Amino acid sequence: MSSIPKSAFEFVPPEGRMHDKKLETKPVGYFRDAMNRFSRNKSSVVASYIILVLILYAILVPIFCETTYSKSLTDTNYINYAKLPPKMPFLGIDGTSRMTVNKNRYIMYRALEEETGLPVIRDILREDYTDESSGNRKNTFYDLRIDNYAAMGMLSLSLNEQQFEAIQRWQDETGIQVIYPAITDAKQSNPNIWYEADKKGQPKLNKKGELVPIYRKTTPEDTLYHSLRIPADNDPAQPLAYARVTGTSSARTLVVRVSKYSYFQYRYGFEPSFVFGTNAKGQDIFTRLATGARFSFLLAICISAINLFIGTVYGAIQGYYGGTVDLIMDRIADILNDVPFMVVTTLFQLHLANKVGVVPALLFAFVLTGWIGMAARVRMQFYRFKNQEYVMAARTLGARDARLMFRHIFPNSLGTIITGSVLVIPGVIFSESSLTYLGIINLESSTMTSVGTMLANGKDFLATDPYIIFFPALFISLLEVSFNLFGNGLRDAFNPSLRGAE
Amino acid sequence: MGKYVLKRIILMLFTFLVIISICFVLVKLLPNKPAQQFGRDMQLIEMRREALGYNKPLLEQYLIFVRKSLIGGDWGVSEVLYTGQDVWQKFIEKMPATVIVNAYTMLFSIPLGLLFGIYAALRKNRWQDHLISTLVIVFVSVPSYVYAFLVQYFLCFRLKWFPFQMAAGYDYLSFKTFISIVPAILSLGFGTIAGLTRYTRAELTEVLTSDFLLLARTKGLTRAQTTVRHAMRNAMVPIFPMILGEFIGIMGGSLIIEQIFGIPGVGPLYVASITAATPDYNFFMLLSAFYTFIGLASGIIVDISYGFIDPRIRMGSKKA
Repeated sequence: MSSIPKSAFEFVPPEGRMHDKKLETKPVGYFRDAMNRFSRNKSSVVASYIILVLILYAILVPIFCETTYSKSLTDTNYINYAKLPPKMPFLGIDGTSRMTVNKNRYIMYRALEEETGLPVIRDILREDYTDESSGNRKNTFYDLRIDNYAAMGMLSLSLNEQQFEAIQRWQDETGIQVIYPAITDAKQSNPNIWYEADKKGQPKLNKKGELVPIYRKTTPEDTLYHSLRIPADNDPAQPLAYARVTGTSSARTLVVRVSKYSYFQYRYGFEPSFVFGTNAKGQDIFTRLATGARFSFLLAICISAINLFIGTVYGAIQGYYGGTVDLIMDRIADILNDVPFMVVTTLFQLHLANKVGVVPALLFAFVLTGWIGMAARVRMQFYRFKNQEYVMAARTLGARDARLMFRHIFPNSLGTIITGSVLVIPGVIFSESSLTYLGIINLESSTMTSVGTMLANGKDFLATDPYIIFFPALFISLLEVSFNLFGNGLRDAFNPSLRGAE
Repeated sequence: MGKYVLKRIILMLFTFLVIISICFVLVKLLPNKPAQQFGRDMQLIEMRREALGYNKPLLEQYLIFVRKSLIGGDWGVSEVLYTGQDVWQKFIEKMPATVIVNAYTMLFSIPLGLLFGIYAALRKNRWQDHLISTLVIVFVSVPSYVYAFLVQYFLCFRLKWFPFQMAAGYDYLSFKTFISIVPAILSLGFGTIAGLTRYTRAELTEVLTSDFLLLARTKGLTRAQTTVRHAMRNAMVPIFPMILGEFIGIMGGSLIIEQIFGIPGVGPLYVASITAATPDYNFFMLLSAFYTFIGLASGIIVDISYGFIDPRIRMGSKKA
């Protein structure tokens, strides 16, 4: 010791105290820790983004897109735009579909193209063949890819003079033809056919093999039309009539043929184009689905919150007091838990739907048995923590039961509670959609729809127009998958010891 | 063991009685007027109702219900759906369709589920396991009716392999009927397989990492031997009761799948009994009792079967 020279020693700098050193990293709390674990789980993070997108879709679309869904309730014109397939130009989905038609219909489409200038037939896949299996050798068929929006064709409308005038003014402004020449309705009742044809739609050609128009010629009383004319209307001596005039001279009704496509433009100010298509009532599926989704989310979140509240209080009392109280309360919960959910819903619907409405009745049914799972979780946590030393200490210091329960023990169960509440949401949405699909509850009303209702309405068109059911089904599948992934991620984050189980 | 079983059964019957009593009272509180209909003798209906005690006080009606329906097995006659026919008879008539669809589903999903689960557990944390686990999450989450739509659209409509609806008639075991219920079996099967796979994988991985398996390997057993003889037997302890429970559950069937594929089973009967303009309360009571019973029975059988499968659990219960 003495061999070390004095100069080798130096004083510890007074600021360099080793004990009591401040922690250099921030302390990681329970939630911070859980968040760190959660964000490492890639699939859950992706799932939470998908959920975010779905929720934003449900919130924003009904606000910002003018809902044809709500408008279609008052506007009977929408029914004319029913079952239009989806049109998403950015994804290459252009509203066309493959179709096998007979020759008469093929000619009708060609004639429509000629008249309106809209390309109906995009592709001819197979031309003029006979179907041997049908046993009918005379009919020839065409396999076509047609544009469903252009193929909507014509519509017969009865207008008064002001309306007629308004359309003409719009035509002059925009240069888009809406009104097409009237046809002789004694010869043809289908507004799409402007040529001479028999009842089946088979055209009667002239000697040159051309279609023979059956447009009306102007009558002296029809002087109301002064706007655009179709190219074929080129005889100044005898112009075509653009309306069939009926009614008395004081209150005239004009029956006109309008192109559905351009009439939509006139009426709503934009070209008909529906991202998810329209359903059988002409309602836009994109906005309707968002409305339904918003309802489903709201219902699920309400139920989750109520369950959280009841379950927490019930489970806390059970777990904290234990003994006889626990036994009796557990028995009650057990009995409630054993009632089949279907039966509960049905009874609530039968009893309450007329008094408080369908939705509150459904809500009660969900709440009646929904809180039990939550209560069981909270109870378990309370049993685990109620005899720990820190609770003892707090009790010795004079904390009362309620304070002990909710300030000291309850925070320990937050993790399981959050996981449970999140996992309630997909369950509720699934049950709601099943119940509405079965028709046990009816959520279809003038102001409301739900995803299940949309599925139920779409099932009749599964074979012919699958997109009506496809988008609601896709939505609910995405939602269920991502909520389950998200919930699993949360569970693993809050309780790392449970990972892999279940 | 016997005492435990007896206790459970008595408890179950008590729960059942409570639930059914509540249902009965709630149903009786509803207005129950027979629908006026042309060609219906209202006087006759009223007379029959009077004779059955519909106009007596609630408590008396309840006693009649317990004596006649719960003990005697007479659940009354249908008033709306199948006017005048015995409710129990009709219910028994509908039962085979439900059972057959679900039995087929179980028969093909249990082996597949077990197989995938075992495979995933053996290949734990390799790409096979990740693939299976991902698929399991998807298939467990997506509702069964979505599969039903997909199956109906692609297999029934596009490819025309199967008919849209179940073949009519009571010939449930014929090949034609079997073909016609394949879509329903498929739609139900995806979820069941995925659920079983997940469960098997979880249980088996737990056993596979335990010490006694390491010991078995050090003794010189091959991997296959340890897996089949030691790991599987232990993993089956929780899996088997679950399968048993599902087998009881198949009688309950799937309301929505039966509705979609037009299977003339119990599910559509239940839905029809309550969505009719005037609900058919006799059917409703019987089917509520049925569904409650199925739920309770599957729970109790799962619990009891644990003891039968695993002697260790039985011994534990004796001590306690």
